[in-house]
Amino acid sequence: MNLESEVLWLDEHRLVTLTELMEFSGLHETELLDLVHTGALPARDAPGGGLAFSARVLTMARTACRLRDDFELDTRGLAVALRLLERVRDLESEIARLRAQLPRT
Amino acid sequence: MKYTDYYAALGIERGASAEDIKKAYRRLAQKYHPDVSKEPGAEARFKEIGEAWQTLKDPEKRAAYDALGSRPQGEEFRPPPDWARQHGGEQHSFDDVDFSDLFARFGGRGNGRDFSARQGQDFEVPVEISIEDAYRGTTLSLNLSLPEYESNGNLRRVPHTVKARIAAGAIDGQRLRLPGKGGKGMGGGRDGDLYLDITLKPHAVYRATGHDLYLDLPLAPWEAALGATVEVPTLAGAVNLKVPAGAATGQKLRLAGRGLPMPRGGAGDLFAVVQVVVPPPDEREQALYEQLRDLAKSSGFNPRRWGEGS
Repeated sequence: MNLESEVLWLDEHRLVTLTELMEFSGLHETELLDLVHTGALPARDAPGGGLAFSARVLTMARTACRLRDDFELDTRGLAVALRLLERVRDLESEIARLRAQLPRT
Repeated sequence: MKYTDYYAALGIERGASAEDIKKAYRRLAQKYHPDVSKEPGAEARFKEIGEAWQTLKDPEKRAAYDALGSRPQGEEFRPPPDWARQHGGEQHSFDDVDFSDLFARFGGRGNGRDFSARQGQDFEVPVEISIEDAYRGTTLSLNLSLPEYESNGNLRRVPHTVKARIAAGAIDGQRLRLPGKGGKGMGGGRDGDLYLDITLKPHAVYRATGHDLYLDLPLAPWEAALGATVEVPTLAGAVNLKVPAGAATGQKLRLAGRGLPMPRGGAGDLFAVVQVVVPPPDEREQALYEQLRDLAKSSGFNPRRWGEGS
């Protein structure tokens, strides 16, 4: 079949619930809440109560799930790894921004 | 199908102990894991390592793998007819089956007869699009070979074409999710999802960072000194840019809203980065530059005031 598919943008604007984050990331509720409490996964209050997450967090949670499975990390290890990966991501963005300003020649 | 040497993938002997297999996997996984490694080819290498680990860590899968014998890497082969049955599987046909899928039904919790609900596998696919496509939006046509469970629980590869409309406003590093477009679920399990990791192809003119674009703006010395109106290409067509007098190399001239569009309205900016280009001298220009130099002696202009003014 050649049907055009629904595409969801994983950005800061779209919000996902804790249940959706569990379903789509593969992490358990306790693991997600641990990562929220340590500050490794940014969360906000949902309008109707509970927690909400920007859709970008789904990418982080899926990374955490892969690291858990592939390296047998617990949530403390995952929290450290996620923080470091976010720092690397921020630094890479900054390098890309500065490189874009350099002349090509 | 092509034979894969899992022992070679992990760099160990065929008789390696379970502990040696684990150590080798951990060492290589840390080096090549795509979430932490930037080595070229890391993702493909990690896939080999992961497949080898998934099979060799499980005694039943390892026994089934070892029973295939030792063959050269990449050799075309088919498992013997009674091989699957001897190892608890029910594989009737090996058509459209990847080597890695052969062992999915052996060992672990699955004994070859586990028909409980399984969620389809999620897949992440890197996709490169041009800056023009990011600006206008585009429809991607992705040809994928995704594993599907047959009714007997075996896996086979099925070609799929997935079309995805990417609205204007994607940026480098943008992630998109296509629900239900990954591997098929089994026994009532939901289909997996497809994740697209967007990167922007390098462009001959523009350099993108977020929604902003940069381009080089070469200026002749007199354009930089006196100011000028110059034509600048933008993704919406050429526009005239007023260069102020006294423009210097490295100065960024902003064209507001001429960058990449944002999904919820508005757009980034386009920055023209000034580069003063000195033409090859001819005799008349040489004489004029000499006059400038002489004038500068009386004006006191010194472009190299190191250590002053801060």
